[in-house]
Amino acid sequence: MTPPMPDLAISLSCVVRTFGSVRALDGLDLAVPAGSVTVLLGPNGAGKTTTVRLITGALKRHAGTVRVLGLDPEVDGDEVRARTGVVPPKPALYDRLSGWDNLRFAADIWGVAHTAVVPAAERFGIAYALDQEVGGYSTGMRTRLALARAVLHDPDVLLLDEPTAGLDPESSRAVLDLIRELAGRGRTIVMCTHLLHEAEGIADQVVLMGAGSARAAGRPADLAAAYLTQPTVVMDAQDRTALADVASQPGVVSAAWNGALHVKLETLDTLPDLIATLVAQGARLTRVEPQLPTLEHLYFEMQRTLRAAQ
Amino acid sequence: MRFDRVWTVARIDLRRLFKSRDYWIPMSLLAGLFFVIIPWIMLSIVTSGSNAASELVRQIGGVLDALPGPVRDNVQGATPAARAAYAFAVYLLAPVAIIVPLTISSAVGAHTIVGERENGTGEFLAHSPLTEKEIYLGKLIASLVPGYLATAVGFGLYSLVVNLKVAGEFGRWFFPTSGWWLLIVWVVPPFIAIALSVILWVSSRVRSTAAAQQAASLVSLPIIIASYAISSGLIFDPTLAAIGIGAVAWIIAILGLMSGSRALQRERLLGVAIE
Repeated sequence: MTPPMPDLAISLSCVVRTFGSVRALDGLDLAVPAGSVTVLLGPNGAGKTTTVRLITGALKRHAGTVRVLGLDPEVDGDEVRARTGVVPPKPALYDRLSGWDNLRFAADIWGVAHTAVVPAAERFGIAYALDQEVGGYSTGMRTRLALARAVLHDPDVLLLDEPTAGLDPESSRAVLDLIRELAGRGRTIVMCTHLLHEAEGIADQVVLMGAGSARAAGRPADLAAAYLTQPTVVMDAQDRTALADVASQPGVVSAAWNGALHVKLETLDTLPDLIATLVAQGARLTRVEPQLPTLEHLYFEMQRTLRAAQ
Repeated sequence: MRFDRVWTVARIDLRRLFKSRDYWIPMSLLAGLFFVIIPWIMLSIVTSGSNAASELVRQIGGVLDALPGPVRDNVQGATPAARAAYAFAVYLLAPVAIIVPLTISSAVGAHTIVGERENGTGEFLAHSPLTEKEIYLGKLIASLVPGYLATAVGFGLYSLVVNLKVAGEFGRWFFPTSGWWLLIVWVVPPFIAIALSVILWVSSRVRSTAAAQQAASLVSLPIIIASYAISSGLIFDPTLAAIGIGAVAWIIAILGLMSGSRALQRERLLGVAIE
């Protein structure tokens, strides 16, 4: 009998995993609520892939506890893996076989009827190529096939490890659409990425990883409130020399040119006064655009803040 | 353990193999060479009645005369040429029945696990609900089947060649003999399994297919030599001792495979546990 779904679909506590002298995970804590989309952000080597491998039990931990759907992957790994779908960083497909053969192989392993193969391929727009050898597929086609394979058995937990690396925009959108669709159906999704824009708008929780541990975690809005306390406004003018002394204006923290002038303010309340001052000084403003906090801003701000704290 | 999943792993490996012409064409040629072409040529020479044949018949006769009496008595044929043809067909090519399947299965086995790691597909298997034993058994079957299938087909073709070329000397089809049946059914399979247990153990531990093939060659060489000697002896004297040797080989094979199955771990499929 399938155990009931716990509130936390995945939880890792003080997890350590080493490879020789390298501590890939160094006391990682991670809590993924059931039915949520969690994005693991971090540079290469942060431990994202190792985390995914520990979640399925493909890799053993050296310390700490891991629970997935209420089960320990090292003890009940077969059941955990039966209820989990993984899209690895490389699609891990059999090149000499056709797309159909690859999907049928997965269907047989997970005990799914072969009739599910074509609909899964159609869902990702790859059905037309099922008869072709995978070795002849483009990067986008390979990823679409890997995605179709990962969701063939309708997993409770989907782990996506850099799923959009090297993809064209259309394929990237297919991945993000899949995440939204599965999240809408109550599935738990963990996505590793270092491409910040693709996590934008889909993440219920963002976890910033670095050196094998979670540096910060929370809802994007909460993290933005905590880390992006100083709003940025992008400004431009017909005569840019009129903006030369913006940095010295009251309420302005800093100003830097990057295509346009990016002005960091103490609070957004100071913006009307700043505009009035600049206009009074003769500036003919062509652009005043308060920047909404993006994941990219958040990521770099979190990185900067955490580095400063160290 | 679920045998339907074992068969799934084996089937996908066999399907990949079938698609790899660069593998199975040379292996088919190897089997064809040893089971059909060489026997056909040699038996044609022995039964041709030419000067070269007379010299060959004389040399084989000398060898047969040197054998112990009971063994010599097993060699059938009314004429020296018939006895030479019989000896050649029944005795001299017996080791081929071991070498061909061992070579073919070793080549498959050396690649099967490390190849998953090299291609990145090991990651897929590691994240799948397949147990390590199911993966191992599937790989074992996929390695065993091509070698044994080649042997079974080769054995059939070889029987045909022998009977077509030599049966005229005896007035009846006489091949396969009881010794050959014993060899093919009872002795060859465990020897392939022994070799594969070592090769799969190696394949799950090394970093590359090239390294696996080198190591497999080294470890399978003594097994080939031993099986060569044993198979020759069995054909000459297919007695209870031969059955006993087969039984011992089966026991060693089963123990070897049980031990080898422990070498396959998920972490090795990911390529992170090779230190």
